Amino acid sequence: MAEIKYTTADPKGVLTGIHYMDGNHAACEGALAAGCRFAAGYPITPSTEVVERFSARIPLVGGVFIQMEDEIASSICLQGAVWAGLKAMTVTSGPGISLMQEHIGLAACLETPCVFVNVQRGGPSTGLPTLPGQADMQQCRWGSHGDYEVIALSPSTVQESFDFIIDAFNLAEIYRVPVFFMMDECVGHMTEKLVIPEADKIKVVERRYTSKPPEEYLPFKPDPDLVPEMVKAGDGYRFHVTGLTHDERGYPVINAQAQKEMVYRLVEKVEKNAPKIWRYEEDEVEDADVVVLSYGISARVALKAIEMAREKGIRVGRMRLIVVWPFPEPRVKEIASKVKAIVVPELNIRGQVAREVERIVEGTCRVVRVPHAGGTVHDPQEILDAIMEAAK
Amino acid sequence: MSVVEGIKENPVEEFLRTDRLPHVWCSGCGIGTTVNCFARAVKECGIPLNDLAIVSGIGCTGRVAGYLRLDSFHTTHGRAIAFATGLHLANPELKVVVYSGDGDLVGIGGNHFIHAARRNLDITVILINNFTYAMTGGQVTPTAPLDSIETTTPYGVFEQNFNLPHLAASCGAVYVARWTAYHVMQVKKAMVEALNKKGFSFIEIIAPCPTIYLRRNRLGSAIDELKYYKEHSVIQHGADTRDVGIDIRRPEKIIVGKFVDIEKPDYLTAMNEHLGEVLGDKYVRWGE
Amino acid sequence: MATAEKKKKFRGVVYVAPERCKGCAICVEFCPTGAITMSDRFNSKGYHYPEFTYPDKCTGCGLCGMYCPDFAIYGFREKIGEGA
Ligand code: SF4
Ligand code: SF4
Repeated sequence: MAEIKYTTADPKGVLTGIHYMDGNHAACEGALAAGCRFAAGYPITPSTEVVERFSARIPLVGGVFIQMEDEIASSICLQGAVWAGLKAMTVTSGPGISLMQEHIGLAACLETPCVFVNVQRGGPSTGLPTLPGQADMQQCRWGSHGDYEVIALSPSTVQESFDFIIDAFNLAEIYRVPVFFMMDECVGHMTEKLVIPEADKIKVVERRYTSKPPEEYLPFKPDPDLVPEMVKAGDGYRFHVTGLTHDERGYPVINAQAQKEMVYRLVEKVEKNAPKIWRYEEDEVEDADVVVLSYGISARVALKAIEMAREKGIRVGRMRLIVVWPFPEPRVKEIASKVKAIVVPELNIRGQVAREVERIVEGTCRVVRVPHAGGTVHDPQEILDAIMEAAK
Repeated sequence: MSVVEGIKENPVEEFLRTDRLPHVWCSGCGIGTTVNCFARAVKECGIPLNDLAIVSGIGCTGRVAGYLRLDSFHTTHGRAIAFATGLHLANPELKVVVYSGDGDLVGIGGNHFIHAARRNLDITVILINNFTYAMTGGQVTPTAPLDSIETTTPYGVFEQNFNLPHLAASCGAVYVARWTAYHVMQVKKAMVEALNKKGFSFIEIIAPCPTIYLRRNRLGSAIDELKYYKEHSVIQHGADTRDVGIDIRRPEKIIVGKFVDIEKPDYLTAMNEHLGEVLGDKYVRWGE
Repeated sequence: MATAEKKKKFRGVVYVAPERCKGCAICVEFCPTGAITMSDRFNSKGYHYPEFTYPDKCTGCGLCGMYCPDFAIYGFREKIGEGA
C-alpha cells in the first residue's frame, strides 16, 4: 500500500506574511501553497478573482493558467493536467458547476484527485451573480449522474479560505476524489487579515504514486483503504483510463457485476474513511438545549445570534461543519439525543443541509430550519428567533 | 486469443492491447485501417511509446484510445481536446494525440476544436469522418452531406455541413490535410508530418462505416466505398480550403491532400516568449 | 533486369490470424498482385478469412496489413534465405 506521504509546501508558492486580502485571493494563495500548479477556468462572478490572481501569480511560481472556452472545458482540462502529474483546480460559481457536472462524474469515475472551487451565489439560472447563496450544497454532492461520493469543505473566513483549501487539495490526493471548496460570495469578497505561515509549517500531501513496476501495476486495484495507487502519463506504465465502467485493469467491462464492484468502491472509499474526513468545530454543545448547526458564512452570522441567545440565558451550543460532505452522521445523532432542537440556518430555502440533519436525527429532536433565499446573509435576529422558538 | 506467430511482427502489434482483441469495430470499418497507418507513422517518427499519450472522446472512433497500449484516455463525449489541453500543458514533453470521430470532435466538441486550433496548441488531432453518429445507430452529424439518410433525418439532410479542412484552417491550424481510408500510404505520411509539426495539426480521414452510413444510404460495402474513394479522389496539395467542402453524398470528386503547412508559434512557445518578455527574470519558464 | 534481380533477393510473406478476421475481404481486394484469396473455411466467429494462396505473386508490399481494419493480416518483404 502506498503510504500517505506528507511533505511541506514548496516555498516558491507561499507568500509568507501578514496580508489584508479577500477570500477569493486567499483561496488562490492557499491553492498555490498546497502545490496547485495548474488552473483552468472561465470567468464567472463572484469567483473570478481566484483565477485572476492565479493568472498573475503562476508565472512567478512555475505552472500554467489557461482560461478555457467554457466551464465544460475547464472541468476536464484540469483533469488532463492532473493525469500529467500536476495538482490542479478549476474555479466557478453555480451556473458553472451546473455545466461541469458531467466531468465531476468523470473525476469520480477516473478517481482524478482535483479541486473544484465554487464561490456560491443566488440561483437558479443566472440568479444573483454578485450576491451570496448557499444553494449548491446538494448540487455538488449529487449533481452528476450515477453513484459516487465527493468531499466538500466550507470556509467561513478569509483565513479559512487559505487554510482549508490546502486541506481540500490534501484530501483530494488522499482519497482520489473531486473535492469541492464551497465558498460563497460573502467569504469570497470580504477583506480581512490573512496570516500565511512559513512554507515549512504547511503540510502538503503528495500524490499516491505506485512503486510497483508496470508489469505488476493495476490502475484501479485498491489499497486496503479502498483507494488505488496512481501513475501519470509518460511514466512508462502505458495505462488506460475510461469513463466507462471498468475493472482493476482500467478496461471497460459492461455488465452488472463490474458496475456493482466499481460504484460500491467509489462510494465506500469515502463512506468507510469518513471518520478520518469529518471535521467540525463545536462549543458548549455538551449541556446545550439547542444546538445551532451551520457552515460557511451562515455559521459566522449565527455566532452573533448565539451570543444574543446566551445573554438571554438560553443554553445554546454551536456546531460548525468544516467538512460538510461526508456528513458527520454519528456525531449529529448523538447531539440530537441530548438536545431539544437543532437549528439550521443556511442561505437556501429548501434545507439543503437541514434535510440531511432531519434524515439523520429521525425525529429524536426537533430540527428547525432557518431558510434564507440568498442575496444577503441572515439577520442574526432571524436566527435568534429560531433559537428562542426551539428552546421552548 | 492465441496470436499467430509472424502477426506479432506487424508494427501495429506493439501498439495494441492485444488482450482486448477482437475489437468492437464492424467488419470493414475504416477506423482500424487508420490505426495501422498511425502505428507506422509513430514508428517512422521514432517517438518513444512511453512519451506518447492518446485521448479519445466517445463514439466508434472514441474507442481507439482503449485499444492502444499507450497512456490512453477515453474521456467524455466531445471533450477529448479539452482533456488533451491539460495533458499537454501540464507536461509538454508528452506527445499528445487526439483521435476521435466527426460527431464527437466537431459536433458536441466543436467549441474545443476551434479554440485549440486558435490557440495553436501543440497537439495532433486525427478525425475519422464517417458522416454519422455510428455508435448510437446513425444520427446526422455536422459533416453529413446533403441528402444523407440518417436516423434523425429520415427524409435526407437539408442543413449545410462543415467543411472541416476549412474550419481548421480558418481557426488557425498550422497543418491541415485530408485523405481517405483508401490512401493508406498518404495517411501514414500525413500522420508523420502532423506528428512532427509544432502546433495544432489536423488530419481528416474520410472512412467507411459500412454498417450504418453506407447501408442506410445504400452505398454498398466497405470495398465499394474504398473503390469510390480511389476513383473519385483528386489530390490537390495546397488547395484553397474554401473549395474542398463535401456537400453532396457521393460527389464527383473528393479533394484530398495537404492543404496547410505553415509556421506559427504554438501556445506554449508564445506563452514563454511573451511572459518572458514582460516579466523578465521573474518569470519561471514552463516546459522548456 | 532489376526485377529479375529483386526476385532473387526478396520474397513476400503474408501471415494471417484467422481468429481476428472479420471477413471484409479488403485485403484481397486491395492486394495489388492477387496473392491472397478468401478461404472457404470459417473461423470460430463464422467469418471467411484470407489465405496466402499465391506466394509467388506476393511482392511483400505490406498493403494487406495496412488496410486490414482488424490487425488480422501482415505482409512484408523478406530476404530470401533468411527464413520466416
Ligand atoms: S458502426 Fe460504423 S463506424 Fe462504428 S464500428 Fe461499425 S462500421 Fe465502424
Ligand atoms: S482485411 Fe483483415 S479482416 Fe478483412 S478479410 Fe482481410 S484479414 Fe480479414
